[in-house]
Amino acid sequence: MKRRDFLRASLPAAVLPTVINGFSLKSFAADSPLAKLLGTGTDNDHVLVIVQLQGGNDGLNMVIPIDAYSNYLNARSNIAIVQNRILSLDGNTKTGLHPAMTGLQTMYNEGKLGIVQSVGYPQPNFSHFRATDIWMSASNSNQVLVNGWGGRYLDYEYPNFPTGYPNSSMPDPLGIQIGSVTSLVFQGPGMSMGMSISNPTSFYNLLSGIEDAAPNTLAGKELKFVRQVAKQTSQYSNVIKNAALAVTQQSAYPANNSLADQLKIVARLVKGGLKTKIYMVSYGGFDTHSLQANAADTATGNHANLLKNVSDAIKAFQDDLKFLGVENRVMGLTFSEFGRRIKSNSSSGTDHGSAAPLFVFGSNANQMVHGTNPAIPANATTNDNIPMQYDFRSIYASMLQDWLCVKNNDLQQIMLQNFQNIPIVKTSACNPAIPNTSGLTLIDNYPNPFTQSTTIRFTTSGGHTLIQIMNTLGQVIATPVDREYPTAGTYSIPWDSQYLGTGVYYARFQNGAVQQVRTMMKVK
Amino acid sequence: MDRRSFLTVNAKKHPKPIPLVPYQGARVLSGTQPYSGPWTQTEVLHLLRRTMFGAKKADVDFFAGMTMNQAVDYLLNVPTTQPTPPLKTYANSTTAGDPDAAIPQGSTWVNTNTTDGGINSQRRVSLKSWWMGLIINQERNILEKMVLFWHNHFATETQVIGTGIWCYQNNLAIRTNALGNFKTFVRVITLDTGMLRYLNGYLNTKTAPDENYARELQELFTVGKGQDDATPPYTEADVKAAARVLTGWSVNGTTNSAQFTLSRHDTTNKQFSSFYNNTILTGRTGTNAGDLELDDLLTMIFNTQDVAMHICRKLYRWFVYYEIDATTEANVITPMADMFRNNGYNIMPVLSTLLKSEHFFDVLNQGCLIKNPVDNIAGLCREFSIVFPVSTDIANNYLMWLYLQNTANNFQQDIGDPPSVAGWQAYYQRPQFHELWINSDTLPKRNQFSDTMNANGYTRSGKNIKINHFLFAQSMPNPSDPNKLVEDSIKYLFTIPLTQISRDQIKRDILLSGQSNDSYWTIAWNTFISNPGDMANATIVKTRLASLYQYLLRLAEYQLS
Repeated sequence: MKRRDFLRASLPAAVLPTVINGFSLKSFAADSPLAKLLGTGTDNDHVLVIVQLQGGNDGLNMVIPIDAYSNYLNARSNIAIVQNRILSLDGNTKTGLHPAMTGLQTMYNEGKLGIVQSVGYPQPNFSHFRATDIWMSASNSNQVLVNGWGGRYLDYEYPNFPTGYPNSSMPDPLGIQIGSVTSLVFQGPGMSMGMSISNPTSFYNLLSGIEDAAPNTLAGKELKFVRQVAKQTSQYSNVIKNAALAVTQQSAYPANNSLADQLKIVARLVKGGLKTKIYMVSYGGFDTHSLQANAADTATGNHANLLKNVSDAIKAFQDDLKFLGVENRVMGLTFSEFGRRIKSNSSSGTDHGSAAPLFVFGSNANQMVHGTNPAIPANATTNDNIPMQYDFRSIYASMLQDWLCVKNNDLQQIMLQNFQNIPIVKTSACNPAIPNTSGLTLIDNYPNPFTQSTTIRFTTSGGHTLIQIMNTLGQVIATPVDREYPTAGTYSIPWDSQYLGTGVYYARFQNGAVQQVRTMMKVK
Repeated sequence: MDRRSFLTVNAKKHPKPIPLVPYQGARVLSGTQPYSGPWTQTEVLHLLRRTMFGAKKADVDFFAGMTMNQAVDYLLNVPTTQPTPPLKTYANSTTAGDPDAAIPQGSTWVNTNTTDGGINSQRRVSLKSWWMGLIINQERNILEKMVLFWHNHFATETQVIGTGIWCYQNNLAIRTNALGNFKTFVRVITLDTGMLRYLNGYLNTKTAPDENYARELQELFTVGKGQDDATPPYTEADVKAAARVLTGWSVNGTTNSAQFTLSRHDTTNKQFSSFYNNTILTGRTGTNAGDLELDDLLTMIFNTQDVAMHICRKLYRWFVYYEIDATTEANVITPMADMFRNNGYNIMPVLSTLLKSEHFFDVLNQGCLIKNPVDNIAGLCREFSIVFPVSTDIANNYLMWLYLQNTANNFQQDIGDPPSVAGWQAYYQRPQFHELWINSDTLPKRNQFSDTMNANGYTRSGKNIKINHFLFAQSMPNPSDPNKLVEDSIKYLFTIPLTQISRDQIKRDILLSGQSNDSYWTIAWNTFISNPGDMANATIVKTRLASLYQYLLRLAEYQLS
């Protein structure tokens, strides 16, 4: 077990006389500065909501390549969206949204939505069931993983689950699936890390009573499993019910929209105080082999209805989060097991395809379209698929790193490989707002300008302190300070510029979340 | 040496791959050789729980009078006549002129076409209620378990099919072929109206081949995706080629049957991959081209080794357990599959061999199956002989069956509308499989249902269904002895017996209200038998029995079969 995991797991217990490096763990609470110093690095109140669109969503009619419109029209004339109906995005003339997605258009223009183009993976699989497993387990196409990426993350964050859970630092379910079957996403290395609920206020208390030891047989194995679910259910039923009951008012959600119903529960539980990290909701019907769009008006039809419900539900969810005052705590992403073919079939539908765009939403989403519009051949054939630009696992990895604040070194443990970071999340999300230091000078130097050497003076509030000297290209050319300061105070160190040429240099000071840059001038 | 320790010793000599969830217990090494061990109530209960829905005491007594071979043969002997089709109990459409309006209440709707969406929706509800009724009222044979098995295999969704008659035809096709020849069965399903609609076979034409059915035919229905369920041996090109073979079929909405249109059929040759020995299926041109090419396609598919393995694994997961380790693959699946092929894909011999095998009756394979929702609900109704409205009261019976079908839906098994063409996740989703039925949502619901049936039951239109605790207790061999009553009740309801300590505590806490003198119960019971009008005493007996069965049905043990 990693050191920080050990600390995380041990802190709440606080009854065993554990001693590390001479400090009794009993003596500090989970939120003490020392505990933080020891590296409970991912502590944050961030929540991730995964929206699964089941069936293989036709991404090409959802995020439409305006700059390749004639090829697009040519490939799918019976379902193509009429150009002047495509919803535009602020500051982007090349890409637009399906006319039914006015909610997401607004969110994009308000800076709460990002679009990632052509997400997929090498050697795409065209089977619903296998492709879904690939997306949920975050495996390679030719690799069978029996646990999910969410489960692996939760296992990393909360080691040894379910032993010792719930506890004071994690009193709540780690992951919640709205619905009745927990998906592979939540499957951890040993057991499912998620629980499923369909109605948070209707939990039922189980009888407590005697219990025989389970026999050492397959039947005993299953008996243990059922009992474990029974126990978890009763352990968590109250916290969920209480969280749900704590919220008495929410903003409006669209009616007859099962995705909206599910997201409404999520908003309620987040606001109600659950520390649950991942929620998953799902919405089906995207397997549009036929009658995807109405012939008379291709902006209407089955797919349009689906997209409208997705857009309306997410917009209502975002508005509600804002209303509830928890907007900054939640981010979401959509996914579907695959996209569909570029060329439509003659039953006004599309067959199974490969890469497709997905949405990243929330007030911490970067408002941008990542990647370029997919290339559409002038005469697309039934075998033409959209080539992938981004591996779907890069989205997960970026979300883990930049939203759930998993340290870079630990990412590979969860994602099993190194994946590209994509700026889907605002960089500030895992770098909390800097304490207001405006007007305070935390670093300066004298003399300035200087000819050969200068003295750098800085004020640290204790803990790790770093000073880097950078040239105008941003290259770090010296690191005069990189150490722990046990106490706060003002310190001075000399710095000799040695052989460096004359010109501007920057001294960058970093202490915890605080940073400040001093401009220095070397002269002859 | 007892059987289990014998198996354990053997297991040490045959190291197995480490299973995903660490399981430290004994491994099952027995194979398909005929079972010749004891044939006691324990084995009868095991056989009935797996092949029917719940084991009623009367059924246990019936089969206990036979040999094991006779019992299995009896269960496999299913009636060839079809049940009374679903009957109309729903209101007429408000749309004038719909032919459905001429059907009297209580007559079947399956022979009358309608285009009224509301009526079709009610017919689908009618069909599901009817089906649940057939399960509840099953005869002493395996048919209903097999119908549900094949529905999970050839999964379709009534919501997608839409037309009630086609949904019924799909169900009838499954019933008719459930224990017949599998190759014939696949052919029937391919041209089934419901399936043609469900997987878009009706839209599959030479100008726009629709791959939907062609893919699932191979991926799910016949060849499968290999032992790990992730490495299909056929190729994407095979999917496309098979789709072209199957072009030209559609559904005649007047006659409710499949029809072939040559002009929509791709008459060119179809090239398959090396998995199919690079077979080229010759394009046909006559009016029977569709039939001939379908036969050619199925012949090619059924010449592979994979079909039999795939089906036998699924039968195994349905009747025995979800985990198939290397030993089971070698000792059970492979010989079953060989037999399946050698018998020209007749289903009966394979089932008979499995159900009569040492492996099936192995003590290690007893009690390890998590009941699916229908098994849980129908089993409860049957085990406790819940009394339904008189059979002539068709409308109220349909309402009761609908309630139970809805309850199964709440437990995540909506018969007629599985989640997808792959059927229910519990039968394919690794690593949890059957464990997916039980989660923090469904387990409390199962408990709520058993609580309801133990308490006030379900009431609709003045009719009520509920457990009669007294009748169940009275059917036990010695209900006046609280020790025997607890012990026997557990034997009929659970596969894993509780320990003496637990039984004693249940007896004391529930039947004796914390007392230690057994005679308190014996006196109360005997008084009730001799003087049922003594209301105070009757209440004592009834409330304690209600608590006993409520408690037992809430134990985790009740979820296992």
